[in-house]
Order: sequence, then structure tokens, then C-alpha cells
Amino acid sequence: MKILVCMSVVPDTTTKITFTDNNTKFNTQGVQFIINPYDELSLTRALEITEKSGGSVTVVNVGLADADAVIRKALAIGANDAIRINAEPSDAQFVAEQIAAIVKAGAYDMVLTGRESIDYNGGQVCGLLGALLDWPSVNVCTKIDVENGTALFERDIDGGRQSLSSALPVVASAQKDLCEPRIPNMKGIMAARTKPLTVVEPAGIDKASSYVSFESPAPKQAVRMIDAANAGQLIDILKNEAKIIA
Amino acid sequence: MFGIYAENSEGVFKKSILEAASYASKINGGQVTAVCIGAPAAGEAEKLSKYGVSKLIVVEGINSFDAQVYGKEIAKAFSDSGITNVVFANTYEAKSIAPRVAVVLDATLVSNVIDYPNTSNGFVVKRGVFSGKGFAFVSMNKGNKVIAITPNSTELIENPVGISIENKTNSGSNGQTQITSTSKAGGKIPLTEAEIVVSAGRGMKGPENWGMVEELADLLGAATACSKPVSDMGWRPHNEHVGQTGITIKPNLYIAIGISGAIQHLAGVSSSKVIVAINKDPEAPFFKAADYGIVGDAFEVLPQLIQAAKSAKN
Ligand SMILES: Cc1cc2nc3c(=O)[nH]c(=O)nc-3n(C[C@H](O)[C@H](O)[C@H](O)COP(=O)(O)OP(=O)(O)OC[C@H]3O[C@@H](n4cnc5c(N)ncnc54)[C@H](O)[C@@H]3O)c2cc1C
Ligand SMILES: Nc1ncnc2c1ncn2[C@@H]1O[C@H](COP(=O)(O)O)[C@@H](O)[C@H]1O
Repeated sequence: MKILVCMSVVPDTTTKITFTDNNTKFNTQGVQFIINPYDELSLTRALEITEKSGGSVTVVNVGLADADAVIRKALAIGANDAIRINAEPSDAQFVAEQIAAIVKAGAYDMVLTGRESIDYNGGQVCGLLGALLDWPSVNVCTKIDVENGTALFERDIDGGRQSLSSALPVVASAQKDLCEPRIPNMKGIMAARTKPLTVVEPAGIDKASSYVSFESPAPKQAVRMIDAANAGQLIDILKNEAKIIA
Repeated sequence: MFGIYAENSEGVFKKSILEAASYASKINGGQVTAVCIGAPAAGEAEKLSKYGVSKLIVVEGINSFDAQVYGKEIAKAFSDSGITNVVFANTYEAKSIAPRVAVVLDATLVSNVIDYPNTSNGFVVKRGVFSGKGFAFVSMNKGNKVIAITPNSTELIENPVGISIENKTNSGSNGQTQITSTSKAGGKIPLTEAEIVVSAGRGMKGPENWGMVEELADLLGAATACSKPVSDMGWRPHNEHVGQTGITIKPNLYIAIGISGAIQHLAGVSSSKVIVAINKDPEAPFFKAADYGIVGDAFEVLPQLIQAAKSAKN
């Protein structure tokens, strides 16, 4: 099994999001970057699968050199090697086309992504890769397994859950519950220093979309407090003043 | 001209599809063509026609969901009718198909869209980013466009038209996935589409105390949600977990009970129109993000709310 894990590098979940340059850029000042939490899950699961039935795990990231420290962390968690495509990852379709080129050159049996990146929340790369490669794709998986050359999945559907199987190769996206994410240990961190991290230049592809500007959510008005001894009053306010319940 | 993908659940179109129809009809300035897989139930096509859908293309001969097959056949149904711009309602199903349709149509794809496009300079849409902590204006550069709109973001606009139905059959796409079982939480309101959500956190002490939460939700016609630790500990199913690493929702009303209001939790719920926080700690961060607050013990406040909701119904 050769598994490719697509990893995006995102701001730490505690980051206060602000914008600069006249609201045209995300302000990265003082921001700590981490492995996208869903990609931590797919990386861990890829390692579990290859530990069970043999194979290797490669991590791929579309990003600039500042992503390298976070990529090393993925190597410390256990990936065998990593590829960074040296480009700004601002457009999901651009990212997917770059990764598809890597997949075509690499004879992978499975490609894993996260359900979404927690920064731009596109949730698009899994399906885009499926289409670009003409592979089956399975979104939001809470279970991913491989048995006798068949991939087995459980995934979330609107209002429920579904079990399914698929031929290989296949692309799938990780949802919470897939596994417990691994954290790097000392041995892993040492080993990561010498694992290969290959940097390749992007294929020339036009961006399908571009970010024009950003906006922060409108600040909330001061909260209106209701006395706990008279809590039922809330229902009356919601019904007759705010008019949001019937 | 924008068409819509009319996702159906056993032949029934949900509200989010009617929102997509209204959205496309507003951009088109009139009528909309919809594509669905499998025949709609009785009366359902007419439901779409109330919101501007004048033509429904039904693709038959696809017996179970497969993203690869759906993507190809939906894109083909549109392009055969000369339509290369499509609106989706951003459900789990749409998330697996919209990217595939966009690739086949060679279209720009943007998801999480929450408002109508601005076409004064190019084609710019507004989308949610950073899990509710910001919004972005994105220019869609390709001639063809696929837009996935967030449920509950845009309004229903009635625009009754006559509807014609065209039947097509699967042009020969074959799936490589097999569904072995499907379980649905029957009858419940899906969290992403719910207009009212009653949510609870670790302050509820244990899963045995959720009866009150569910009772209030039922009385308000609400879906239930929870904080991350609550689903991590298995008190509630993980598909109820809202927040930065859970589901992002934007109901009209979000009631948070015994939830502290950590930044990661707020990220997933802060676009709710009205937020109520109930917490025994007056310093709980949730009060800063709330419109209404009650400082008190959930075990004393909830019974009062249930009582008041019951009387309000009569
Ligand atoms: C990478 C990362 C991602 C995360 N993603 C998410 C996410 O997506 N969603 C999420 O929810 N969290 C997320 N978290 C966790 C988040 O930081 C908080 O730990 C979590 O939201 C707290 O849950 P809680 O409010 O239920 O519990 P607590 O923080 O324990 O708060 C319980 C609250 O209940 C109140 N309380 C206690 N007893 C009562 C009572 N009898 N009556 C009324 N109030 C009472 C307390 O005053 C307290 O405010 C994430 C954390 C990390 C590090
Ligand atoms: N820049 C990137 N490099 C590598 N993989 C990415 C990148 N951006 C997104 N992905 C993958 O695509 C998934 C979904 O991202 P998105 O479509 O941006 O929400 C992520 O969880 C990653 O697995």
C-alpha cells in the first residue's frame, strides 16, 4: 500500500483572526501554524493501515517554505517522506491540480485528505482529486480500512451514517472519530530530521478563484441578562420580541 | 443562466434546495432548470416550481449514491441542456459531488457562499472562512461557475412558474463503490438545516441529564447539538459536535446550556442570528458572544424554560 496524505497548514485553533493591508490579507503576525486537525487524523490512520499491512506513507503539501517546520512534524509523527509543492495555496482547485500531478507520477493506492481545512473551509480537495484522477471518492469518513485489496469505509451522510466499500485506488476524506491523532515522540522527532522532504515547483495553472478582501464578523451588542428566578421570561421574549420562535 | 442540483431524500426536496432554487432564480432574473437523480415523490416537482424552477431533468437508472457517477451524470444533464453554471445547497452530499461537477464543466467552484454575487466588477461572492471567524469576498475567474450556498443563509423567494419534467437515463457511468448499509437518525431535524438549535456542554454533568435538553428542543422544534468534550466522552453522538472541529451552523436561534464558550466552540456557532447562553458562571466567555444570558444552574433554569415553552404553545 502506498498512501499519499494531503496536508494543509493552518492557524492554531485559538488564533484570533484579523486582517491587514486594508482587509485584503489574513494577518499572520504572531500566528502559530499547525497541521490541519483533520489531516492529523488521516495521517494517523494511514500509518495504522500501513503498519498492519505494509507499505509507505508520503505527505504532500502545497505551500511556501514556512510550511516546512509543520511538515517536519508530520514526518516526526511517522510519515516516511514528504513532498512540498512550492506555491501559495490560496485556491483549492489550484491545490488539487498540483496534487493530482504528484499522484499520477507516484502510483499511489490511496489518497487521503481532511474533511476540510479549518482556515478556508472549502471541503473541496477530496472531490476535486477524485474527478481529476477519475477515481472513486468517499467524503467525511469516520472509518477507513483496507482488506484484501478492497477499501472499507464508514462515512457521515446528512442525518445519518453509511458503510461502503470501494475498489483501489481511491481518495477519501477524514472526519472526526476516524482515530486518535498521534503526537510525535522524541525518537520520531530525531528521525524526522533526516527523512526526505522534496520540494518541487508547481505546474503552471491559472487560479480558478482569487480572494479580493476579507471582513470580520460584526461585533455583538451587549448581552441582555434575564433573571434566573424568572427564566421562563426568556421564552416570552424570544416569541414576542425577537419573534424567532413560534 | 444558473441551474440547480436538486438533491432529494427519498424523492423529497428539503428547504435548502428551495433556497438554492430561490438563489438561482434571483440571479437568473427568472426561471431555473433543476437536475435530480431519481424520480421525485408526488407533489415535489410542484414544490420546486413555487420557487422558480420551470424545468426538472430527472436522471433515472442510478440505483445508489456514488460520487463519481453522480458527478458525471449531473454535469452531463446540465451541459446537454446548455447549462454550465450550477448552484448547490452545501450539504454532505453536495460536498462530494459539486467538486466533480465543477471539474467536468471546467468551472470555478466556491463553497460556503452566504450571499448573492456582486457582478459590478467580475463575479464576486461572499463566503464564510476561518470556521466562522471571518468572511471573504472571492472572485470567480472562470467563465463557468459552481456555487455551493450554506443552508439558512439566503431567503426563500416565491416565484411560481409552470414546470415541465424531462426524463433521462444514466448515460453509462459505472460506480466503483458499493453501499453496504445506511442508518438514518429517523425523523430528526438535520443540524445544519435546523432553524433552532438547543445545545449543551459539560455543565450538564452526564448523558443521563439530556432528557431535559431534548424535551426543550422538541417543544421548540429544534435540533440538538453539543460541545466537543461531550461528544468526545461519548455522552452524545459526534455528529452533534459543533465548533471549529465539528459542524459549523447558523440557525436563527442557538441556545447554549452549560457551555463555557471557548473560541473553538464559538467559531462554529457565532453566525447564529440570536444566541442565548445559560451558565452558572457569570464570567463564562459565552456571555460576551450572546444576545441573551441567564446566570443560573441549568438544572433549575431548564425546567422553567420547558414549562414556559409548554404554556407558550397553548
Ligand atoms: C484543536 C482544538 C479544537 C477544538 N474544537 C472544538 C470544537 O469544535 N467545538 C467545541 O465545542 N470545542 C472545541 N474544542 C474544545 C474547547 O477548547 C473547549 O474545551 C470546549 O468547548 C469546552 O466544552 P464545554 O463548554 O462543554 O465544557 P467546559 O469548558 O468544561 O464548560 C462547562 C461550562 O458549564 C458551566 N456549568 C457547569 N455546571 C453548570 C450548571 N449546573 N449549570 C449551568 N452551567 C454549568 C461551567 O460554568 C462552564 O462554563 C477544541 C479544542 C482544541 C484544542
Ligand atoms: N495546501 C494544501 N496542501 C496539501 N493539501 C491540502 C492543501 N489544502 C487543502 N489540502 C487538503 O484538502 C483537504 C480539504 O481542504 P479544503 O478543500 O481546503 O477545505 C485538507 O484537509 C487537506 O487534506
